[in-house]
Amino acid sequence: MDIATLTVKEAARGLRAKDYSSVELTQAVLAAIRERDGALNAYLSVDAEGALRQAADADAARASGREGDLLGVPIAVKDLINVDGQPCTCASKILRGYTACYDATVSARLRQAGAVFAGRTNMDEFAMGSSTEASAFRTTRNPHDGTRVPGGSSGGSAAAVAGGEALAALGTDTGGSIRQPASFCGCVGLKPSYGRVSRYGVTAYASSLDQVGPMTKTVEDAATVLSCLAGRDPRDGTTPDVPVPDYGAALRGGLKGLRIGLPKEYYIAGTDPAVMACVRGAVEACAAAGAEVVEVSLPHTEYAIAVYYIVATAEASANLARFDGVRYGHRTANPESVFGLYAKSRAEGFGTEVKRRIILGTYVLSSGYYDAYYGRAQKVRTLIRRDYEAAFRSCDVLMTPVAPTAAYRIGEACDDPLKMYLGDIFTVPANLAGLCGLSVPCGKTPEGLPVGLQVLGPAFGECAVLRAGQGVEELVGAE
Amino acid sequence: MTGYLITIGLETHVQLRTATKMFCGCSLAFGAEPNTNVCPVCLGYPGALPVMNREAVRLTVVSGLMLGCEISRRSTFDRKNYFYPDMSKDYQISQNGSPLCVGGSVRIETAAGAKRVRINHIHLEEDAAKINHYARFSGVDFNRCGTPLMEIVSEPDLASPDEAMAYLQALKQILLYAGVSDCNLEEGNLRSDVNVSVRPIGQERLGTKVEIKNMNTFKGIYAALEYEIARQLATVTRGGLIVQETRRWDPELGETQPMRSKENAHDYRYFPEPDLVPVELEEAQVEAWRAALPELPAVRRGRMAEAYGIPDYDAAVLADAKENADFFEAAARACEPRLGKTVSNWFMTEVMRLLSESGLTISQSALTPSALAELVTLLDTRVINGPTAKELLPELFRAGGLPSALVAARGLGQVSDADALAALVQQVLSENGKSVADYRAGKRAAAGFLVGQVMKLSKGKADPQVVGRLVAERLAGAS
Ligand SMILES: [Zn+2]
Repeated sequence: MDIATLTVKEAARGLRAKDYSSVELTQAVLAAIRERDGALNAYLSVDAEGALRQAADADAARASGREGDLLGVPIAVKDLINVDGQPCTCASKILRGYTACYDATVSARLRQAGAVFAGRTNMDEFAMGSSTEASAFRTTRNPHDGTRVPGGSSGGSAAAVAGGEALAALGTDTGGSIRQPASFCGCVGLKPSYGRVSRYGVTAYASSLDQVGPMTKTVEDAATVLSCLAGRDPRDGTTPDVPVPDYGAALRGGLKGLRIGLPKEYYIAGTDPAVMACVRGAVEACAAAGAEVVEVSLPHTEYAIAVYYIVATAEASANLARFDGVRYGHRTANPESVFGLYAKSRAEGFGTEVKRRIILGTYVLSSGYYDAYYGRAQKVRTLIRRDYEAAFRSCDVLMTPVAPTAAYRIGEACDDPLKMYLGDIFTVPANLAGLCGLSVPCGKTPEGLPVGLQVLGPAFGECAVLRAGQGVEELVGAE
Repeated sequence: MTGYLITIGLETHVQLRTATKMFCGCSLAFGAEPNTNVCPVCLGYPGALPVMNREAVRLTVVSGLMLGCEISRRSTFDRKNYFYPDMSKDYQISQNGSPLCVGGSVRIETAAGAKRVRINHIHLEEDAAKINHYARFSGVDFNRCGTPLMEIVSEPDLASPDEAMAYLQALKQILLYAGVSDCNLEEGNLRSDVNVSVRPIGQERLGTKVEIKNMNTFKGIYAALEYEIARQLATVTRGGLIVQETRRWDPELGETQPMRSKENAHDYRYFPEPDLVPVELEEAQVEAWRAALPELPAVRRGRMAEAYGIPDYDAAVLADAKENADFFEAAARACEPRLGKTVSNWFMTEVMRLLSESGLTISQSALTPSALAELVTLLDTRVINGPTAKELLPELFRAGGLPSALVAARGLGQVSDADALAALVQQVLSENGKSVADYRAGKRAAAGFLVGQVMKLSKGKADPQVVGRLVAERLAGAS
């Protein structure tokens, strides 16, 4: 087996046919990590012993007659999702050495399904960033060009999958953190609708925006992993009791008759022409395959970035308050007072981007500024949501670029946070509106860098998105 | 001091009687070892999410219904941000914008008659942890962190410390009646902060208000108010200005002292809690809770006086504690209707005495309403006499059982047969010639002594009324 190309579906088939055991498969993944991660830096930690133990358990379960799409399949996990007994650093010095003391609901569901936790993937510190350069520990490299970023914040997960170090990985997406690295690295990334997947045990960045989702080599694998993750969780009050449909069946819908909306505000000057060419090419191929293409308008799109950076930072300023050095995590040596303990522990533990966002969030919530910033942002957020509701009355999915550019060079955007924030322009609206979104590879730039197509669907409309994504994947693969 | 009006408002925090904490499944058992009733949620571990305790919502709504509040059909929660080691997340989940209950009032008795104290609102929030200070360090006990607290905020309708006491007593009684809290002051179930201001008579605008914190007992609140009012009056009569501030009651010194300005100058940066969906209450649900409400103490007093023919004073004493009133009514209903007053007499004197001697509550004692009803009935039908009844009651109180069983087992039945008693009367008269002579000399009290001697000879079983008649006849006959 070749981990570089092996999909979850193929692995499940191989395990079922007893071509190899889960222990052998896991050993192959561990070997691939050993071989490649010195260059890629996709992982922050790997628990080889624990993974092999889980694999042996999965083999034993299979021997006693158990089956399952994820039974014995190794999956990498972004380092902010709690897996009991494993590190969970959020790529931050403030949690260096911290060990999770419980399973997130998504971890528990994967465990229940017999999946193997292959390792912890790198990310921007506390998921704040778009290039994984904001990790406190290491710089992950793009598998297609080692001088370039993998995107972020789930850059480690994307690089591990695309770089042949994982079959699949979990990422989280608050403003594009699954879709954009999937686009940069050339893999599939699915951000489920808000509330589709439990956030319990996922270290919070922005609670009203965060979602966990799969990063895989194929759309079908994304559907398989999502089937395991999705559904109401009594521990997360924001997961409504919406039935989980058969995502596998949705893949077979085909492009014929699918109504694709092209939001004119997304097809603007400023996007890299090479990226736009790939996106347009994919849309035209869909039309040729029988899809109906309509133009739609999302008039409040231009405000999305501003609204996002107010809402996300406000929530983050409260969510990250708990890292205070009192109960766990980094504590400064010899603090002179309780408030000194907080100030110094946090000053020493958090990186620049995290501090920047905490300060922004604290500011927008402050007395005298709340109405002008947070209050106003919530109102505009409602307008953005209505834009999408209106658009989805005339189409099943929207197709747009994921990001204005392909992967940029390491260090290129670091000095200009605003430029990096603007790179999220196509992805943040889905989080603000609670939509689902998929990034599926749709071609390469002349430099050989992958480009993703974003497929957006209405809240809890994952079936439409997977159907469209599967269609695109088949067309692009056939080229 | 004449010439000035005093204005007091109270914010009363009531610990609700739930089995588990506000947002997690941890036990609320009092007195556990520090940090044993804790979990990732109430310790604020990364990724943990709150889940609403529906019982806490019900108890708050029941309290609101008892106080005549409007119940919000849709109520939201907010984050109150502040750094302190007693709050594990470094924000408290509370209600800032839309509390569960609005309006309502508490009726109190004052020197000038009955008065209604208006309630501004009741909201639900989580309690903080307890900080214990030791010689060389401080420790945080998170067992209390996340306890459901209901905050009842009064309007500034109270005009004296006595009225504040009357309000707290009335409030406590209503909450005990509602069964929403144990109102145990020693365990900190009921804590109040007060706002107090003074202004010259004739001035419309309220004086500058000062908030006082850190009173743990009703006595402490009274003392703090007396001190603070005296301080404010002394200041204004000297021509000084009251500063708007928060002061801390020091029970050792018996003074209020300004809190450090750092503790004073909070910007809590409230914003809607994104981890909790709004609490939506169905009209039918609220009406079902309303239909199941217990009577208010004041209503019960009037009804009991009327129904059982007992004096208003007795009814008030019995209604003071709901369980006493429940016990009395159960006993009175088990007797003939005309015996209500007798049951009340027995409860008010003998039972109350046993309660105060033992330090038990009526439900902790072994006495049952049917036992008291039977005792009163046996007495009324003269199966036993008063002394026997008084002898039996402590036993029933201590060990339970029914008086009829004790009477039968020990042959305690009263002797009312005149023929059987005549011999005893004869014996006593012949043995007490001096008393007979005294009686004849006009000392009527001697008859009582002779009756007592007959009772003694009968070992208390003689019917005192029959004995009295026989003694009177014999003394009259012989003279
Ligand atoms: Zn707990």
